[in-house]
Formats: sequence, structure tokens, C-alpha cells
Amino acid sequence: MTNWIDRHIKWVFTLPAVLFVGLMMVMPVGYTFWLSFHEWSMSNVTPPLWVALDNYIALFKDELFLKSLWLMFYFTIVAVLIETVLGVGIAILMNQNIVGKGVVKTLFLLPMVATPVAVGLIWVLIYEPNIGIANIFLSKLGIPGQEWLTSQSLVMPSLIFIDVWEWTPMIALIVLAGLVSLPKDPYEAAMIDGATPWQSFTKITLPLLKPTLYSAVLLRMIDALKTFDIIYATTQGGPGTSSQTTNIYGYVLGFQYFKIGQASALLMIFFIIVLSISIFTILLRKRAGVQL
Amino acid sequence: MSEKQSPIKSIFTHFGVYFVLFLFLLPFLWMLLASFKTQVQILNTEKIFEITANFNNYINVFKEYNFLSFIWNSFVVAAGATLFGLILGLPAAYSIAKFKQQGFGLLILVARIVPGISFLIPWFIIFSKLQLIDTYTSLILSHMLVTMPFIIWVMIPFFEGLPHELEESARVDGCSIPGAFVKVMLPISGPGIVTSSILAFIFSWNNFMFSLILAGDNTKTLPIAIFNFLSYSEINWGGLMAASVIITAPVLVIALFAQRYIIAGLTGGSVKG
Repeated sequence: MTNWIDRHIKWVFTLPAVLFVGLMMVMPVGYTFWLSFHEWSMSNVTPPLWVALDNYIALFKDELFLKSLWLMFYFTIVAVLIETVLGVGIAILMNQNIVGKGVVKTLFLLPMVATPVAVGLIWVLIYEPNIGIANIFLSKLGIPGQEWLTSQSLVMPSLIFIDVWEWTPMIALIVLAGLVSLPKDPYEAAMIDGATPWQSFTKITLPLLKPTLYSAVLLRMIDALKTFDIIYATTQGGPGTSSQTTNIYGYVLGFQYFKIGQASALLMIFFIIVLSISIFTILLRKRAGVQL
Repeated sequence: MSEKQSPIKSIFTHFGVYFVLFLFLLPFLWMLLASFKTQVQILNTEKIFEITANFNNYINVFKEYNFLSFIWNSFVVAAGATLFGLILGLPAAYSIAKFKQQGFGLLILVARIVPGISFLIPWFIIFSKLQLIDTYTSLILSHMLVTMPFIIWVMIPFFEGLPHELEESARVDGCSIPGAFVKVMLPISGPGIVTSSILAFIFSWNNFMFSLILAGDNTKTLPIAIFNFLSYSEINWGGLMAASVIITAPVLVIALFAQRYIIAGLTGGSVKG
């Protein structure tokens, strides 16, 4: 018996985990795929009805779906861009002799480990038009108060701001770890050659940091596409559908309208978008010679 | 880069770092201040930085909103998902590292990338049929899809870095491979196991989407409980902020004590990938 286990150890050790992923992830995604060709309202009386590609065709004619795609990309690109620039800036600022650096680093972790729903609700209070600190601050500057999360035009920037607050520290800490491990020699050589700090930043730091930065941005981007908690906790996609990203729209279609077929079709498209962007960037990174 | 700083530049740097830190902590301070205020004090915007020591909101959260049971639910689910995630994940990570099973490694990576919402509808249908909605079983199983891939993902590079001679010598002494794994490899993997467990626990504790669908009155976890505050006609801000403190405090305390491990887990995992 022991011998048999030892001989097949690589299966004995991996099979439970692989079976679990198969049962809990692969099979359900397959089920979603199957449902996406059916019409069903989760009723016990009427079984799913085969409608071929109707759900997909309906989706691409659905303005809300196209809008949700736009909002998802808008949210992801703007948020990750700001987080990267700020994160690199903060990391460089922190990569100096700072008294209490360990404590600073620890406290910087807090936004990203705090429970996202609680984070969302704190920001609901901050953005509250009458009693929130955001408008109190603006009024001190003599600027009229804003509606923030309940304004059609400001809701996306307001949500992006929350995401930036929550995730800039992650980019900063990853970049900081990268900065610490950079070799010192190129900088000394550059100083002897009379390079300005800006030149050594763009010519030495950034190229050396590229692999680290790439990992950080990739990770952040995959998560940003899937953002659910802070949006659902603060606006549920509103006001109206102004912050209804694809993820939120899928949830609303499935669990509020019980349009199971259409929701499944949407989720399949969402699944394919997230997966192909991830695979594409991972491959790009491999081609750039960065170890996965 | 960090040596030879002029004192003035150093002062500016310190000021900059601590100012940025202050900005990032401001929302937490705001939450803490509000959690000690009465509704009337919160609605009065004249004295926003008034500090009061009034624990009524906290008492109410436990007495009226029954938070003790939500804390228990969250704890059971997060601990269960972490424990079973370790039981399934550690051997798998070890095997993937030792035998270079890159296909399985890729599957785990995909499990981390796939949006959770793509299997939410099937989960709901299947767990309904099995009458497992609103049970710890379905919650723990669903949260394990968060904890286990993460644990494996952190542990693969960790196991790759361990000296395998130790295992070989245990084998010579007559240990089976599982025996050597449990008696020799696991004890020297403490730091990796601690890192991955802490983060897995936090991810499960924080999880909102899976619990939103699968939890019910008996198993409602903290994120769902505080989200429900929004559905009351007038929002009890003080209570909501006290509840937010209660839900984030354990995570923040864990983070403070384990920061060394967490930074390594978040950054090490991603830098190496």
C-alpha cells in the first residue's frame, strides 16, 4: 500500500486539489456555458429552453451591455494608470532613510487588507452630500458641494478614487520591494558621468524595474476588471446604470431579474475577456524575457 | 541612492512620506471618529473632529444587530476554508513544485484569474438542489476556491526553495513520501504556511460576493451583515461605522502583527509570480 502511494505520489498529492477545482470551477463554468444557449428564469416548473445564439445576439444589441463593457474598461484603465504612477512615486519617496519605515510600510497595508465592503461603506459616509467630509472639505475651499456617488457624471471618478486609495499601496509596496533589490553600481557610474536624477530614473530605474512593474500592473489589472465589492456596496451600479460595469450587470441580470440565459451569456463573454487579457499579458511578459 | 542625504532633503522626504501616509489613513480615522458619535453629532457638520468616548454604537451593534453570531459565522467559514484549503493545497503545491507539474500549476493560476461571478449561477442552482444554501458547507466550499489556489500559488515557489536532501535522508530512514512530507518538510515550511494561511483567512473573511448568494439567516457573514445596514430607511451611521470597525479590526490587527509575512506574501508571490 505504502509502495503504491509512493509510486503514484504525484497523483495522490495533486488529485484532491485538482478534482476540487474541476468540480467547483471547471464544471460550473461549463454549466454556465450550457445555460447561455437557453432561456430560463430558474423556475422549477419550466425547464431551460434551447434558444441557440439568441442570448448572445440580444446582448450585442443591448445598449446596457455595451455601456457596461465601456465602464469596465474605463474603470480599469484609469484606475490602474493612476495607481501605477502614484505607486511608483510613493515607492521612490519611501526608498530612502526614513525613521520608522517598518511602521509606515505596515500602515500602508491597511487599505488593501481592510474588508472591501466596509471600505465601501466608509466612503459612502465620506461622499455623503450633506454630512460627508468630502463636501465639508470643498466648502472650506469655497467650492460648492457635489453629489459624488449619486451623480451620473461623478460616480465613476468617485469609484475610481476609492479604488486608487485602496490599491495604490499595493503597487507602491511591490515597487519598493523591487527598488530595494536593484543593483547599486549603475547609479554610481551614472553619477560619475554626471547624470541628473531624472535621467538616472528614466534610464536606469525604470528599465530595471520593468519586470516588477509589469507583474504589479498585471495583477492589479486582472483584479480591477473584476471589481465587484466596492461598486456593489456603494452604488449597486447606480445612479440608474451609471456605474454598472459588466460584472455588476451580470449579477443584476442573474440574481435580480433572473434572466439566467442572458446573464450566463454575458458571464461567458466576461469570462473570455478577463481570461484572454490575462493570458495575452502573461505571454507578452514571457516574450519580454521575464520569468513567470 | 539612499546614502548621503542633505538634512533639508531628508526633512522634506519625511514630511512627504508621513503626509501621504496620513492621507491614506484618513478614511480609517474618519470611521473611528464616527463610530463613537451619536446620530445627532454625525449630522452636525460644524464639529466634525469632535472626539467622544461613547460606546453606545458598539453596544447596539451587539445587542440590537446581533453581531456576535455574524462574527462567529465569519470566523467558522474563514477558518474552515483556510484549514481545508491547506489540507488540499499543501500536498498539491509540494507535488507541483517537486515534479514540475506545470499543467496543474497553470490550472491553479487560471483558478486565481477566473472571475468568481462566472460560476455563481451554477453554484446557486446546484447548492439549492442539494439544499445546501445557507449552510456552512456551501460557504466553506465556495470560499475554498479563494483560499486553496492562493495557498498553492504562494507555496509552490516556497517548496521549490527548500533543500530536498532532508526529505531524501528521511526516506533512507524508512519514511514513506507522505510521512517524510508531514514529518520533515511541513515543519520547516512554517513561514510559508503562516503567510499563506493569514492571507487566505483575510481573503475569506473579506469575501462578499459568494456569501451574498450562498449565505442566509443562519450563516450570514459580517460583510453581508454590514451591507444590510444600507437597507434601513434611515442609515444609522454611528452603528454602521462601529460595525465597520468591528469587521476591519481583526484584519488590521492580524496585518499589524504579521506585516513582515504579508508583504512577503503579496509582493514575493507577485514578483516571482
